[in-house]
Amino acid sequence: MIATAPDFALPDTEGTVYRLSELAADGPVVVVFTCNHCPYALAWQGRLADVGREYAARGVHTVFINCNDAERYPADSLEAMRQRVDEEHWTAPYLHDESQQVARDYGARVTPDVFVVDDGLHVRYRGAPDQDYDDPAANALWLREAIDDVLSGVELRRPETEPVGCSIKWRP
Amino acid sequence: MAPRVGRLWWQGCPSTDRALADLRDALAEAGLDPATVEIRQVADDAAAERERFPGSPTIRINGVDPFAGDEAVGLSCRIYRLDDGRVSPTPDPGRLREAIARAAS
Repeated sequence: MIATAPDFALPDTEGTVYRLSELAADGPVVVVFTCNHCPYALAWQGRLADVGREYAARGVHTVFINCNDAERYPADSLEAMRQRVDEEHWTAPYLHDESQQVARDYGARVTPDVFVVDDGLHVRYRGAPDQDYDDPAANALWLREAIDDVLSGVELRRPETEPVGCSIKWRP
Repeated sequence: MAPRVGRLWWQGCPSTDRALADLRDALAEAGLDPATVEIRQVADDAAAERERFPGSPTIRINGVDPFAGDEAVGLSCRIYRLDDGRVSPTPDPGRLREAIARAAS
């Protein structure tokens, strides 16, 4: 797991640019590499969106990043991302890593691949949202615990888990 | 005659083992030999096109995909819907058992 989160500046579906270092100035940031057509990412999305909404009031930013090769996988195009944000009423920004450089910098492997970054840009958690994509009651527990621990200033109970999902679709 | 059951898979999806286990359970429940599943890996875009592969895993019973939809052909993880509406990387086990039982009858 990388120790320091590489800073990035990526546009969302409306062109607004989000910079990690600016978000982290407010508190922890949850960075989720995800996509539009992976069943694992889709199965976990509701839980991740809930975390984003619930922790926003505690100063935690959540951003979703789509880095898949949209030429080979049109379901991950910017237009498809925009459509999804509109239809599903996303409240967190959905960022487009068209060059895939941010995903490479983070060593992201699958979708979803979740990172929790603290206000010093240290990566405090990396892994899956919880132990079972197939169990909504799991409620993104691993991620919630990680955020709670960062907010409380204590050692993380579980700083790293194995991310589970679809392989990231790298450009040839 | 026992149905011919095949499973196509791609290494980019971690659903392979679970899908195979569900398939073998369904075969055993129908009184068929779970070891007869024909397993084929789809390794690249050309193979995906040749196989008309709509994503991993894909199950075919006597050459027919019981979960066929409008998925595009390609190397991806296939999206299934469970009976309760949830998204899943593997077919609904109940519907899989039904499909196998129909083919075996």
